[in-house]
Amino acid sequence: MTPGHSAAGRSAANLRVTGHGPGAPGKFIEAVDLSLSFGSTPALRGASLGVAKGEIVAVMGPSGSGKSTLLHCLAGILVPSSGEVHFNGMRLDRLSDDKRSALRRDRFGFVFQSGQLVPELTAEENVALPLLLSGMRRGPAMAAARTWFPTLGLDGLESRRSGELSGGQAQRVALARGLVAGPEVLFADEPTGALDSVSGELVMNLLVTAAREQGTTVVLVTHDARVAAYADREVVVRDGTVSTLTGAKP
Amino acid sequence: MSVPLTLLGLLERGPSHGYDLKRDYDAYFGQGRPLRYSQVYATLSRLARDGKAAAGPVEQGAGPERRRYVITDEGVADVDKWLAEPAPPEPDLQSELFAKVVLALVLGKHAGNYLDVQRAAHLQRMRELTEFKRQGGTLDVLLADHALYRLEADLRWIDHTAARLDTIARTVRGQS
Ligand SMILES: Nc1ncnc2c1ncn2[C@@H]1O[C@H](COP(=O)(O)OP(=O)(O)OP(=O)(O)O)[C@@H](O)[C@H]1O
Ligand SMILES: [Mg+2]
Repeated sequence: MTPGHSAAGRSAANLRVTGHGPGAPGKFIEAVDLSLSFGSTPALRGASLGVAKGEIVAVMGPSGSGKSTLLHCLAGILVPSSGEVHFNGMRLDRLSDDKRSALRRDRFGFVFQSGQLVPELTAEENVALPLLLSGMRRGPAMAAARTWFPTLGLDGLESRRSGELSGGQAQRVALARGLVAGPEVLFADEPTGALDSVSGELVMNLLVTAAREQGTTVVLVTHDARVAAYADREVVVRDGTVSTLTGAKP
Repeated sequence: MSVPLTLLGLLERGPSHGYDLKRDYDAYFGQGRPLRYSQVYATLSRLARDGKAAAGPVEQGAGPERRRYVITDEGVADVDKWLAEPAPPEPDLQSELFAKVVLALVLGKHAGNYLDVQRAAHLQRMRELTEFKRQGGTLDVLLADHALYRLEADLRWIDHTAARLDTIARTVRGQS
């Protein structure tokens, strides 16, 4: 009897493949020297970050260091008190509220740290929401939403009210909602935080596959190194600044 | 890892020639370092001497060794016992990571830079392993996961240490 796998030469030391190297940090999204305080609490103090088109960047760092705040500034949800946010050559931080909302709706997808599903809506309505908001008719929007359920291991939960989902299920629904409209950029804040390692892996494989297929740029906040390892590179936020030492190829 | 018990375990599947055992051992466990034939045959005759396996009669044929081995009840019991007992946890107390941090602190250098560089190197390796997993077969995934979890453990230690570096530095310097 022989092993079913041609595994000769397998070893941790031999597991080398060419990954998607970080390349030169491009300018699809660029934050320059962002500062932002909540009252007297400084959340960002001169944070800078460049993300190339199609790149998947993991944002890591201690709790309270400013990761979510940075993500919200990059996504135009928050406006920094100083510094610049460029998206595709536009000054995002200088757009009017209406224009920023429209941009978020039409070109960005979000997975928030706290989930933020609409509890009264069903799971599939939550997923369909970005499509409905951008004017798609209900029938096709719901049909598109439903296709995400089997791949995320959520079969049979389509018409469950989202307030009645488990934390991990809600998180996967939120991910589907973030990806459903095929956004140019996906901002994901701890998208695997409530998941066990097996569903976390499923979600990350799906996220990376979807992003690569659609050329989606992904900014992914995570404290989990195994999740960050799905990204092309990582940056570390400490005390409101982006550490420059990391993310470099050793 | 115990080569004799692993070979004995492979023998539990059914009577085998040394040649087949070596080939399967290399495929499952060799990790790029195949067993030598001499090692396999020496191990098998020792297992036979100790009553863990029995050697069959020499068979007709031109091969180097035409003798099949069969596991004994005692051998089966040994394999079961080995599989049920935990391997000794290896705390790796004298790791290079530990040594570099302590030495940097003793010398009054900024260990944070080292920790940053080390964490970047660890994550780079984790990325390679993750990409490998996405392309590999079941056993490759299993092995890559094992490496990933170990690297993750190092990274957690790196983050935990980095977060307390000032306190640690004061204590370490106080000791010298
Ligand atoms: N809405 C808010 N009002 C007041 N302070 C806030 C607000 N949001 C964040 N902060 C503060 O800003 C700092 C950065 O918070 P942020 O949420 O960006 O951290 P984080 O890195 O995402 O942390 P975590 O890993 O815990 O999610 C913290 O000190 C936090 O208490
Ligand atoms: Mg956060």
